[in-house]
Amino acid sequence: MVEYAWLVPVFPAIGALINGLFGKKYLRDQSHIIAVTAVMASLFISIIVFADIALNPIAHEIKLFEWIVSDNFSAYVGLLIDPLTAIMIMVVTGVGLLIHIYSIGYMHGDEGYYRFFTYLNLFMFFMLILVMGGNYLLMFVGWEGVGLCSYLLIGFWYQKKSASDAGRKAFIVNRIGDAGFILGIFLIFGSFGTLDYSFVFANTHLINTKIATIITLCLFIGAMGKSAQIPLYVWLPDAMEGPTPVSALIHAATMVTAGVYMVVRSNILFSMAPFSLEVVAVVGAITAIFAASIGLVQTDIKKVLAYSTVSQLGYMFLACGVGAYVSGVFHLFTHAFFKGLLFLGAGSVIHALSGEQDIRKMGALARKIPATYKTFLIGTIAIAGIPPLAGFWSKDEILTSAFAGGHYLIWAIGLATALMTSFYMFRLLFLTFYGSSRVDHEVEHHIHESPHNMTVPLMILAGFSLLIGMVVGFPPESGWIHRFLSSVVGSAGGEVHEGAGHHLSLGLELGLMALSIGVALSGLALAYSFYIKNPELPKRLAARVQGLHQALYNKYWVDEIYSVVIVQPILMISQFLWTFDQWVVDGLVNASGWITILESKISEMFDIYVVDGTVNGVSDTLDFGARGLRRLQTGAIQNYMLAMGLGIAILTVIFIF
Amino acid sequence: MTNVYGFPILSLIAYIPLIGCFILLFIDKDNHKKIMYTAFGISIVDMVISFLLLPGFESSNVNMQFIEKASWIPTLGVEYFFGIDGISLLLILMTTILSAIAILSSFAAIHERVKEYYVSILFLETGMLGVFMAMDLFLFYIFWEIMLVPMYFLIGIWGGGRRLYSAIKFFLYTLFGSLFMLLGILTLYFLNSNPAYGTGEFTFNLVELYKMHLPLLPFQFWLFLAFFLGFAIKVPMFPFHTWLPDAHTDAPTAGSVLLAGVLLKMGTYGFIRFSLPLFPLASMYFVPFMAALAIIGIIYGALVCLAQKDVKRLIAYSSVSHLGFVMLGMFALNPQGITGSVLQMVNHGISTGALFLIVGIIYERRHTRMIADFGGLSNRMPIFAAIFAITMFSSIGLPGLNGFVGEFLILVGAFQYNKIYAAIAVLGIILGAAYMLWLYQRMMFGTLDNPENKNLPDMNRREIAYMIPLIIFMFWIGLYPKPFIKIMEPAIINIVQKVNPGWAQKSKTMTIEEAGIPKGDAIPLVPASSSTERQKPMPHSGE
Repeated sequence: MVEYAWLVPVFPAIGALINGLFGKKYLRDQSHIIAVTAVMASLFISIIVFADIALNPIAHEIKLFEWIVSDNFSAYVGLLIDPLTAIMIMVVTGVGLLIHIYSIGYMHGDEGYYRFFTYLNLFMFFMLILVMGGNYLLMFVGWEGVGLCSYLLIGFWYQKKSASDAGRKAFIVNRIGDAGFILGIFLIFGSFGTLDYSFVFANTHLINTKIATIITLCLFIGAMGKSAQIPLYVWLPDAMEGPTPVSALIHAATMVTAGVYMVVRSNILFSMAPFSLEVVAVVGAITAIFAASIGLVQTDIKKVLAYSTVSQLGYMFLACGVGAYVSGVFHLFTHAFFKGLLFLGAGSVIHALSGEQDIRKMGALARKIPATYKTFLIGTIAIAGIPPLAGFWSKDEILTSAFAGGHYLIWAIGLATALMTSFYMFRLLFLTFYGSSRVDHEVEHHIHESPHNMTVPLMILAGFSLLIGMVVGFPPESGWIHRFLSSVVGSAGGEVHEGAGHHLSLGLELGLMALSIGVALSGLALAYSFYIKNPELPKRLAARVQGLHQALYNKYWVDEIYSVVIVQPILMISQFLWTFDQWVVDGLVNASGWITILESKISEMFDIYVVDGTVNGVSDTLDFGARGLRRLQTGAIQNYMLAMGLGIAILTVIFIF
Repeated sequence: MTNVYGFPILSLIAYIPLIGCFILLFIDKDNHKKIMYTAFGISIVDMVISFLLLPGFESSNVNMQFIEKASWIPTLGVEYFFGIDGISLLLILMTTILSAIAILSSFAAIHERVKEYYVSILFLETGMLGVFMAMDLFLFYIFWEIMLVPMYFLIGIWGGGRRLYSAIKFFLYTLFGSLFMLLGILTLYFLNSNPAYGTGEFTFNLVELYKMHLPLLPFQFWLFLAFFLGFAIKVPMFPFHTWLPDAHTDAPTAGSVLLAGVLLKMGTYGFIRFSLPLFPLASMYFVPFMAALAIIGIIYGALVCLAQKDVKRLIAYSSVSHLGFVMLGMFALNPQGITGSVLQMVNHGISTGALFLIVGIIYERRHTRMIADFGGLSNRMPIFAAIFAITMFSSIGLPGLNGFVGEFLILVGAFQYNKIYAAIAVLGIILGAAYMLWLYQRMMFGTLDNPENKNLPDMNRREIAYMIPLIIFMFWIGLYPKPFIKIMEPAIINIVQKVNPGWAQKSKTMTIEEAGIPKGDAIPLVPASSSTERQKPMPHSGE
């Protein structure tokens, strides 16, 4: 059945086409029927493909048609279906379907309803191309395509300037990453003569460490953009301007994990380049703790989750960087469920509060919206890393791998991040659902639980967040997911990557596990004492370390710094060049025009006074002469006689002498 | 007249618009409707006939096809010589399509001197087609110059703003460059008559002139520069570009479309048809110079775009940037670069042509081109918004649309020539996204707060009708560019072999030794088979 895998992306494409062309006029508030059906069909095929691959985990290459070909360059539109792809399409179509269904309720009554589902389907198409494509170029197509949809969906409420600004920012920052990615693609083509995964990964002997390092660093720049890593993470928090289902699907569960997918897909190249891995690990770790620290003090429910996403993505890269690719994918997998859940839960809260996103104006919602509360609670426990929920298993694996690989500093950063994660998530939970209500008065009596098409997806995701970690990841380091992905990771090159080779004693492993549980619980306890037991404490603490608090609250002023260091200078250069163009480049052209005109004026003068002057001069001379001579011809015979007489006299004189 | 149709089809295509001019002369000058529809009909007929070139064109044949040859001025050796290869074929088709679209787009915009207007456009079409068909330098030069006249009138009479200034600037600037080219042409003519360098005949026949063997110094060097001035001004390359924003901004919509879509391509076409094959040594020699100018153009044009307040001027400057890509690809002197370059010529014609049409649509409604006068139009004009968005993404090279394929191939080519150049050029793509998205945001997003925009009607059927073909091409080239690439491939390989004979050798050694192809596997010109063979099944431990 794998040969029908190409249908998976086709369905959403058809859905997008139908809604795009006919949605406005005919489908309107029924647009979701097309969109949800398309994704359902996709999911159905995905399950079959997944089952096929699960039973027989080998890679299938499906070549559809030749796309770009020129001389020795050729790229196919073709798919590579292997275990990694199988997992990714399950995440994308599975979580995607739930979020599509959720959107029916969430977007109900929006005037851009059809547009929303068009974009969402289009996103599914590109995301599936990204993870199913059989070569780097196709991955790039999906990569830019999801960027497009992200742009369209962030700026979905385009009448709001902040929304369209955020969309544009996302696209441009991503383009910076994409520039790196495409240079990596050129290097791969230059080194291998093709972009097909199958050839590249089977022939790594064609490149040396240096080339591999450059290639992987270029690719990783792309990953930093798409997966919001330092220094290109700035677009993701702003992306929360989009409708909440978008934040859940694109900016938490799927698109932003594309960078992780890319690194794992290219793991053979990365494993050849220890320096690149080092970079990946360090960037991941720094991003993880940096974003988590910002998340500690944010007051917008979605912003907290956004920084949390950045931080968790950092975790995934940290895993890849220490060679624990499978653990990275594992975390990607569990994160998709619990972060999708949390975002949808946040959406449900916002929906209940008529659009309020500020957690300072929430509180005591647990009893008013119980389904949302319970599922949100599960999501929080899952992300905090408390067993046996999903997040614990994947996060613990990552930390263990970092430790086992001897990356103690990175491990410590990871552990500190885990503490912060647990803290800010429980802080969020407590401020939203516990304590006393701080909800605005007008909003208060409108509070209502969301409709079933919103709460059911929450429950399903909560179910996954509860169990999925245990199901696929137990026992740690050798659970099903490790066996399933073993053919994808580090096999083709035949090298054993670091991290996987190390094995800790059972005692140490259990000790580490206990430590990470302890850290998660301390976060919970800390949040409890801060926000339930002692609600005045945060304020006092903030006043005590005001500088630090301000830095965190203002997100370290990174946006402002970028504006001053990058954006403003570019705009200034642009203004300068525009002036330069008008006055210097064009000035020269105009000057040459003026000089020509001036020259022609001079010529004209010359012409009038010199050339024509000469002509006139001649005629004037003649005229003058003629006037003079005319006096000779008076017609009076006596004058002639006189002249003759004079003439004869003169001639006589001449002859004689 | 050797072609499958048995009649001189190229001349027919070239002169139908000219015949149309005469037909228009006999129509009452106040009967605007009849004039418009006749002109449009003629352009459509011409377009349909030009499509007949496709089935008759042998895409595997590297020689000029549909050749028409007759002695014209025998005492000088001037011939009437038409012929096309894949490159000119694509440009001819683009010209006939864009001309028809340009005429259709003028229906609502032109109310004065209607007859003269359409006569000018049709006359211009003949000139443009002639340039792409002429294989005799003398004939080429005639078409090249004659084309300036109708464009001069189009800008000067039906334009806006400082139209006279712009028209004269356009005319004189181009003429200035052309004169150097004329000098070059005459020099070639006389050099060829010298058996030491050429065939020993007095001829302007390009195919004969291709056989010349000129030393780099002094001949190729100076001749390249002479032709360079002619073509670089037309492209336009930095720093010869300043006529372009003025001409584009002040021209009527159709004029801008043809100017951007076709006239600019004459410069790039000139390089590819004349400079590269006639002066291969000099072309090689000047690669760093040309690439540097191209890259400056890419970045400079994009940065200047960011500072624009006038939509049309912004798009005009974006052409400087895009044409920089075309030149960069061309002077990578390898098949990918040149293929991308030619494809990007077509792409730019489509995308930028469409952008000018879009500006025209909004200008006809509001009579302003200032970005600040707009904002929030999306809600009011959804169809317009969608088409504008697709066009914008085509222009910034989003995969799946045409611009990406061209830019990608150009960069692949440039990268093989020089990695740093490609890396800098990639910055242009980032800036491209920046200025276009910003433009779109300022015009289409936000709230519609300017009361004058409150009642803007969306696109009407006629406007949709002329945008649709362009949109189709954007998707077609983006999704399945192979037919287009196949058409031009032999011609490009031909040029590469002439100008960069080391390439084939180099790529061969690269693929054999570095990519691990078994030896003895010949590298054919059409590489599809070799690349499929190269793909080995992926060994997996699971297997």
